Amino acid sequence: MADEIKTFKVTIDNITIDVPAGTTVLNAARKIGGDVAPPAMCYYSKLQGSGGKCRTCLVEIAAGSTVDPRPMPKLVASCRTTVMDGMIVKNITSEKVKDARAGVVEFLLLNHPLDCPICDQAGECHLQDLGYDHGKEGTRYEFPRRTFEKENFGPYIQLHMTRCILCYRCTYVADQLTDKRVHGILDRGEHAEISTYISRAVDNDFSGNMIDVCPVGALTDRTFRFKNRVWFTKPVDAHRDCETPGCCGKTTLWLRGEEVFRVTARKDEWGEVQSFDGKPGWICNTCRFDKKKTTDWIIEGVTKINRHSVISQGKYDNLVIPKETIKEVMNGRSPHLLMNIHDESEVNEPDIHLSKINGPAHSDNFNNHQP
Amino acid sequence: MSRKLLLEKEHIAGIRGYEVYRREGGYRSVEKALKMAPADIVEEVKRSGLRGRGGAGFPTGMKWSFLAKPEGVARYLVCNADESEPGTFKDRYLMEFIPHLLIEGMIVSSFALGSNVSYIYIRGEYAWITDILENAIEEAKQNGWLGKNILGTGFDCEIYLQRGAGAYICGEETALIESLEGKRGNPRIKPPFPAVKGLWDCPTVVNNVETLAAIVPIINEGAEAYAKIGVGKSTGTKLMSACGNINKPGIYEIDMTISVEEFIYSDEYCGGIPNGKKLKACIPGGSSVPILPANLLLTTAKGDKRLMNYESLADGGFATGSMMGSGGFIVLDEDQCIVRNTMTLARFYHHESCGQCSPCREGTGWMERILKKIDNGRGEMKDIDLLWDIQRKIEGNTICPLGDAAAWPVAAAIRHFRDEFEWHVLNPDECLKRNYGLAHYADPVHVPVMA
Repeated sequence: MADEIKTFKVTIDNITIDVPAGTTVLNAARKIGGDVAPPAMCYYSKLQGSGGKCRTCLVEIAAGSTVDPRPMPKLVASCRTTVMDGMIVKNITSEKVKDARAGVVEFLLLNHPLDCPICDQAGECHLQDLGYDHGKEGTRYEFPRRTFEKENFGPYIQLHMTRCILCYRCTYVADQLTDKRVHGILDRGEHAEISTYISRAVDNDFSGNMIDVCPVGALTDRTFRFKNRVWFTKPVDAHRDCETPGCCGKTTLWLRGEEVFRVTARKDEWGEVQSFDGKPGWICNTCRFDKKKTTDWIIEGVTKINRHSVISQGKYDNLVIPKETIKEVMNGRSPHLLMNIHDESEVNEPDIHLSKINGPAHSDNFNNHQP
Repeated sequence: MSRKLLLEKEHIAGIRGYEVYRREGGYRSVEKALKMAPADIVEEVKRSGLRGRGGAGFPTGMKWSFLAKPEGVARYLVCNADESEPGTFKDRYLMEFIPHLLIEGMIVSSFALGSNVSYIYIRGEYAWITDILENAIEEAKQNGWLGKNILGTGFDCEIYLQRGAGAYICGEETALIESLEGKRGNPRIKPPFPAVKGLWDCPTVVNNVETLAAIVPIINEGAEAYAKIGVGKSTGTKLMSACGNINKPGIYEIDMTISVEEFIYSDEYCGGIPNGKKLKACIPGGSSVPILPANLLLTTAKGDKRLMNYESLADGGFATGSMMGSGGFIVLDEDQCIVRNTMTLARFYHHESCGQCSPCREGTGWMERILKKIDNGRGEMKDIDLLWDIQRKIEGNTICPLGDAAAWPVAAAIRHFRDEFEWHVLNPDECLKRNYGLAHYADPVHVPVMA
């Protein structure tokens, strides 16, 4: 008889959910979705041992469990804390969490170059999103920032260590996906850096996945660098019959017209590589770097993109509207409506619903008010 | 003169070698313990009230009883000899001069915990002690205290020595285990705790050198006799390594009933402060614990005489108290600059941060830079509040206690010596030429400034 998996009841930001025993707080929160899911910069569900390092996913445990309802004295990393039955978690409803998270964002940005205007990751950078959602404006740091020389890991990958936030994800990829590890972390503390020993090229069928797991622009695709802004390209799902063992052959092509600018693994709503048949959809370097023609691929259709994402501005169909949890978080109360911009604006046509417009609003939509 | 348990025989010539050590009653505890049931030894240690001597002061017997004992899985005892806390050098002394005491304590503890292979992870800088310990292990082995079937009881035990490579962080037990396994010394994320999943993923106990050495008198004299020494939950004796502005820096074994004042001023211990200077401040338990001004050091906020034990040193919490920590007792006289001192400590933690988690990696360097700025007479008032905010955001939010250890000295310095920081900011030229001096820090009434 198979072991019955127990389910635990956990309440996160006033929303209760049943999850199997052994689920982490973060994954339980992701099941609820929306703003209730803590941000995660280092945790990657498909990489064993990842997480716990960046401290952005810290949450408050207001009650440990039904059996032992004492609160936990410190904030805990939700990605590495498993739920207990009757646990009560506070994420966005906790002032302590908001304060600590703003602190972590500040720490992460302390030595980050903020070179977004020339960074290839801009638009799909998790640190940008994190800073936007949880950071404070301005910086209190007045000392020179840490810098490193750029380094090439072979012909396909470039390391721009200055941007790295030391999430360790790429080292887990090197460890778990590639057959011989030539890549790890040197030195310690503020000086710690991702490196290959003596700049040895990372020559491996799956090394390109390091680029996909990098939350910032530290590891970039050399075949795509400076070619285009991600939001000018149109992502489509595609597949091919790949012969590399372990490669799922399912990818996202980033197109402009018929030109394939970039190939990546398919990502889910948390920015992680999607799973297919229970296995992470890692792709090989041949698919990623060599198949740059649409004729190499069978195109399935336009990729679903989160409506909040900047990438969505280039395409208007298949947008996913993120789940709104705020009403539930506030125990059924809605946020107080200060004003309806439609009613107030002299420019807008109140009876035109912006979200119904197929594409960005254009002055043609408001012809009545043209001078 | 208080009772000595660990350093009782330190003056005897040749105590470092096996012959003299054995003649003086060494290894009696092994003879006694191996006739006991392992669970009874754990119980004995529990009743002795012994608390971890590495800094946290967690009850040793309790820690031992947490050790998981799954069938068919090896268990390990690891001795943490990576003594690197600034101001702490008691383990060095113990290992250098009475190495067999540690080996003896480890054999008994290994038997109690069921560890057939035990390790000593020693600080890399203690290079010369490695030879001393290796020699002691060899001597113990030749005389049948280690190896197969010890004393015919069927108990096998080997002790191996591993040198660290110069990282403070490897004194954190899970980083130590990582390093011992041959990996980069990054602390692990807990849970799982070492008692369940430690070295090679097996149940592991990590104990400080002094803790393991203290097992010897506990077994020899019995838990009750050991618990009688000291006061309250501070049982037995504690090694203090005293340094700074005192006449007699060195290692002292205290029974935790004496007052801080006596410890600093009596000739039996530190022998007072040189050159007729006055006491300004003290870090009583190694660089990580909060610094206290003279008035709060000698008497608690309630007005009681402060004693040299776990409870009394911690009296008042962090608002007006400190911690026993590892026993690294650092005394600062009236000529010492608190800003400079805090900057030195911040520099240390910045240098030693492993860089794994963001608050510590980025925050420690930031604090050092701001402190340097204030120390160099370029500080601004807002820097003091900023420092407070940074330490607040590091504390409690990191993977391991190094973050706390980096935050506490800064917090305590601002909490108790805010005037001195402000004086540095307001007198940018003067602060480069002279120190703030004693000011009011020894005055009887002192209301700590909370930021």
